[in-house]
Amino acid sequence: MTPLPLALAHCLPELILAAGVLVLVLLGAIRGRESDGPVTEIAAGLLGGAIVVILLGGKTNAIVFDGAFINDGFGRFMKVLTLAGSLVTLVMSRDFLAAEKIDKFEFPILILLSTLGMLMLISAAGLIALYLGLELMSLALYVLAAFHRDNIRASEAGLKYFVLGALSSGMLLYGASLLYGFAGTVSFAGIAETINGKASLGVVFGLVFLMVGLAFKMSAVPFHMWTPDVYEGAPTPVTAFFITAVKMAAVAITLRVILTAFPGITAQWRQIVIFLSILSMVLGAFAAIGQANIKRLMAYSTIGHVGFALVGLAAGGETGVASVLAYMAIYLVMTLGTFAGILSMRVSGEGVENISDLSGLARTDGVMAFFFATMMFSLAGIPPLAGFFAKWYVFNAAIQARLYALAVIGVLSSAVAAFYYLRIVKIMYFDEPAPAFDRPALAPRIVLAGSGIIVVFLFAYPGLFIDATTAAAKSLF
Amino acid sequence: MNIAAWFFYLFSAMMIGAAFMVISARNPVHSVLFLILAFFNAAGLFLLLGAEFLAMILVVVYVGAVAVLFLFVVMMLDVDFTELKQSFLQYLPAGGIIGLVVLIEIAFVVGAWTIGPVTIANVTTPMPPGMTNTMALGRVLYTQYVYLFQAAGLILLTAMIGAIVLTLRHKAGVKRQNVAIQNARTPAEAVEVRKVASRQGI
Repeated sequence: MTPLPLALAHCLPELILAAGVLVLVLLGAIRGRESDGPVTEIAAGLLGGAIVVILLGGKTNAIVFDGAFINDGFGRFMKVLTLAGSLVTLVMSRDFLAAEKIDKFEFPILILLSTLGMLMLISAAGLIALYLGLELMSLALYVLAAFHRDNIRASEAGLKYFVLGALSSGMLLYGASLLYGFAGTVSFAGIAETINGKASLGVVFGLVFLMVGLAFKMSAVPFHMWTPDVYEGAPTPVTAFFITAVKMAAVAITLRVILTAFPGITAQWRQIVIFLSILSMVLGAFAAIGQANIKRLMAYSTIGHVGFALVGLAAGGETGVASVLAYMAIYLVMTLGTFAGILSMRVSGEGVENISDLSGLARTDGVMAFFFATMMFSLAGIPPLAGFFAKWYVFNAAIQARLYALAVIGVLSSAVAAFYYLRIVKIMYFDEPAPAFDRPALAPRIVLAGSGIIVVFLFAYPGLFIDATTAAAKSLF
Repeated sequence: MNIAAWFFYLFSAMMIGAAFMVISARNPVHSVLFLILAFFNAAGLFLLLGAEFLAMILVVVYVGAVAVLFLFVVMMLDVDFTELKQSFLQYLPAGGIIGLVVLIEIAFVVGAWTIGPVTIANVTTPMPPGMTNTMALGRVLYTQYVYLFQAAGLILLTAMIGAIVLTLRHKAGVKRQNVAIQNARTPAEAVEVRKVASRQGI
């Protein structure tokens, strides 16, 4: 067994968040006021500190806490993405929450707890650690979805998410118990060793139920039904958090479970992943067309994008994993920018969410329209923007793995999806102006411009980024 | 048949009977009491298996907390259970068929089940000999599984914060007890001596 101080050194980011949360809970309770005060700043500092610790900390890989926690390159890469997503969402949410009068100190605390759950989830090396991380993440998310408790749509979103989330946790636990019953161990490496390339009935059963639970958290079709309602009803910063940080963690743990616990039975999991991927891409492309609410549209868009990311997983191997990592990193930047734009949609103090509210934005706020349009082009995958490269990596991986049909379906649904992204651009540039938006707060403007610049100029320095994803992908094999 | 087998059949029969009474009793309070009986019998079954820690936990958690909570809910909320049960017969055929299908499926799975060849050797924490399983659990819970134990603690903290966020409302004008002020009071400010004129009152 690893001595405790050494084990703690490997989970330093988690420790920072956990200890910080406890202090912040005390601080908030002692101050006793409703408003968030310095809690948000401290929480943002903790998230930033965790990123710095990961980036500057040791690069050694280890499994500690008796096979429950793994610290490796893949985990560190995904943790940085998750923390960045949480940090940016938290900073952007400040003004929105204050305007809606729900700026309570519990908001940053719940974000921190949820992020802590995600880090533990990404680092899970066994089924128990996976479940505990997932529950810590989800429990905080249920509350966040209903955070605007006097708003009936937010309450509905929270309740719906809670009930269906509990159901999916049940499925996941059932799968986990079957796998434990088969293998007699909860560690992923131990399960892989026990399976040893032979897919018996019990293992396949367990795999299917485990995948159902994870697909639910990723909102992959056919386990997506909750997504549009929850994403539309939840307060906008919370929706941004769902689409950015949560998605990173869910995709990361799916990759880790499949590739470290079931490497021997590729044929069995590949057909499940391909099935999820095709359905998600197609539904994401077609269902978003008729949407009038921009948050609902982004919900369908994220379903489609999860489908694209799963193409890379279906391809498998180091190339496939590296392509998924690249996809998620670029997707994070694009969605953060998009949500910075959506958070800025306020007309005379009231938040608006309809696509028609964006009409003629080019004439009322040209800069925002330009960057928002860049995000839409990038989400649609128009070269030379970053979104094109994301799709190119995953389809390339699929073709290398000889999954031609999957790649073709992916490209076709991507073309269909381009329609609704471009429709938003058309509405912003060619329709009659709707009432102008209020001057947006500083944080969302910086995030929108920053992600716009990254998305436009990524093609100039792809090497830096490819090295990081390849190195991270290597540690899974 | 030895005595353990007798007790197994006794506990199982009483548990199935109690479980049936839970769904068929007319009075919801009786249902909850039968549920408690079912829990006790399940605890007895665990004892027969040599899992006395699980048996204790079942009694403490399920009987002590969950069932009492149910009882509170049943007594406090005025739910009309006869109305809820009216459609029971109506759904019985469909529900019965689904139950039967699930039963057959479980039978198939159990029939085709193979335990991995190295499973038994894999078991990470075998029972140390000459130790009760409560003691054995206590030895690993805070050492080997300390990470998972702390994670579970954080989940409970989240649940508590969540419940407070979603339900606590601060009402204006609520009088709260302030112990410090109460203790700091002196007789001089708390007691007033007045001269009361005869037959007049204050």
